[in-house]
Amino acid sequence: MSSPNRDFGVLETHLRNLRSSSRKILVPYITGGLTGWIDAIRSAAANGADAVEIGIPFSDPVMDGPVIQQASERALRDGATPTSIFHELRSVDVRIPLIVMCYYNTVFRAGHERFANNLLNAGVVAAIIPDLPLEESSDWCAAADKTGIETIMLAAPTAPDARLPRVVARARGFVYAVGLLGVTGERSELATTAISMATRLKKVTDVPVLVGVGVSNAAQAQQACAVADGVIQGASVVRRLLDNGPDAVGHYVAEVRSAIDQPIVVAR
Amino acid sequence: MTSKSIPRELLTPGADGRFGEFGGRFVPETLVPACEELEQAFNSAWSDSIFRTELNDLLREYAGRPSILTECHNLGAQLGIRLILKREDLNHTGSHKINSVLGQALLAKRMGKKRIIAETGAGQHGVASATAAALLGLECKVYMGAVDVERQSLNVFRMKLLGSEVEAVNSGSRTLKDAVNEAMRDWVATVESSYYAIGSVMGPHPYPYMVRQFQSVIGQEARQQFKAMCNGDDPDLVVACVGGGSNAMGIFSGFIDADTRLVGVEPAGGAAVGRGVPGVVHGMKSYLMQDEHGQVQEAHSISAGLDYPGVGPEHSYLSSVGRAEYPSVTDDEVIAGFVLLARSEGIIPALECAHAVAWITKEAPKIQGQTVLMNLSGRGDKDVAQMMTILGDSLG
Repeated sequence: MSSPNRDFGVLETHLRNLRSSSRKILVPYITGGLTGWIDAIRSAAANGADAVEIGIPFSDPVMDGPVIQQASERALRDGATPTSIFHELRSVDVRIPLIVMCYYNTVFRAGHERFANNLLNAGVVAAIIPDLPLEESSDWCAAADKTGIETIMLAAPTAPDARLPRVVARARGFVYAVGLLGVTGERSELATTAISMATRLKKVTDVPVLVGVGVSNAAQAQQACAVADGVIQGASVVRRLLDNGPDAVGHYVAEVRSAIDQPIVVAR
Repeated sequence: MTSKSIPRELLTPGADGRFGEFGGRFVPETLVPACEELEQAFNSAWSDSIFRTELNDLLREYAGRPSILTECHNLGAQLGIRLILKREDLNHTGSHKINSVLGQALLAKRMGKKRIIAETGAGQHGVASATAAALLGLECKVYMGAVDVERQSLNVFRMKLLGSEVEAVNSGSRTLKDAVNEAMRDWVATVESSYYAIGSVMGPHPYPYMVRQFQSVIGQEARQQFKAMCNGDDPDLVVACVGGGSNAMGIFSGFIDADTRLVGVEPAGGAAVGRGVPGVVHGMKSYLMQDEHGQVQEAHSISAGLDYPGVGPEHSYLSSVGRAEYPSVTDDEVIAGFVLLARSEGIIPALECAHAVAWITKEAPKIQGQTVLMNLSGRGDKDVAQMMTILGDSLG
């Protein structure tokens, strides 16, 4: 494991502190622009979320399964744009870090520096760009670093061991461990890759490791947290927002919070 | 720009997969190792004489290569030009797509993959993929926008007949771009066992380069055949339709270093190069139809095969340096071109290729006496039902 020789940003400092206090980290994902999304953020924050990931809807979300695709299409149909989402975010005071997830063309079209500044002005501290792998990331990372926006890198089960140290070296905030081979969405069981991915990453970095993609309920979150520092909950949150509204998001976040606050011991 | 300042070399992209500023590998982290593995596998296969011989044998004995040149004496005389067609429509499965698919399917086998995934617009690449899969004993799944499934039902049946599974894609605009999205989602989940056979010179590196290499057989043959037919000369113009742009890159590649105008004809409702705004989608940086926020726009064209809001990155490069030009034609002009080639030469073109016919017809007054080589990349059988609805009784 290597400890990075650099200053930590707002998000990473927050997550490292939580880890030091033995708290597992919970980050719900909410599609920006969806009816009730701002209330959903508030409800998640009030019920134990440690940060919130806000998805900027995109016309061609290749890493997303049916639930988040449907949420994106609905938000776009309702007129959501990056501008409108940033504008609404400025009115949110939830005292936990806000992270944005968006596809790269949203960043590229705006321009790297302008987009980084837009995030900053909206009170966002970090960005996840799922179709911008390490090799293509240098221009964005330069702009993000300059602005203080933390760029969260993804690490996938397909990465050979030699690749992981290069990915985590560029990670700020946390490392997003992709839990399975596939797109976002709920699965009946936690994939074995979720645990193996977290284990592999914990060996090579002390940047917080959060598992996302295919962590589908409180029990699976608890399982993943046996190794990982925390979890991201995407489709399971968005489905509740789509079907039952913002309060259902809060209830669900509370349920997951309660589960991951009770550690399970992994038999070796 | 003087002709001296225009680059006339065919680029081989380096590790960054760039054609100038275009191209690259903008894929989810899950797919990066797969793209790297594919790049190595292709480079190794392409320089392996056994692989090349195997591919060339298939192209000759199965696909029916070389495809011939046909001079359009009637239409040429009518337009005041010399018009010669490269007959990719005569290949097995009826289009140029078989050139790339045979190469990719052989490569998939070489890489130990048992299953191929493909996206399709008009269905030509899907049919070619289903054909190669049947021949080489691979499982095949084809993603096709629900709108295209509707308007190209004959090709859907062909794919099923050949033993492939066809999935209608109901997300987004339900056309080619959404079929690509769904194929990529499949690939993200099955990357260890599946090979994604992309249908055009698009996608993440090495696809744009690899598919061009597989399609370059069109340009190589055409250059030699044209010289043999025309006293050792090169054509004044080479014209091809452009959606993703694989048939155009195939024929352009043979004439990059010639003193020949290269013309890629886009549909007016899908003019990615014509609009000239760069963007990133489907793994590549290229010209892309999009709104001010970067949302990809839907292309609208009479031909399913050109209903794509992006374009292969090498076309963006060739346009940006001035080596090729990318005009567009309207659906009405395309319909007229479709009928014109059928009636003057007895050749029913694919609606995609009717775009090239339409542009040549329009341009004819400005290119009197010149020689024009057009890539007839597919035959029109698949479009007959659609045209019957459009033209109705108007043909008399």
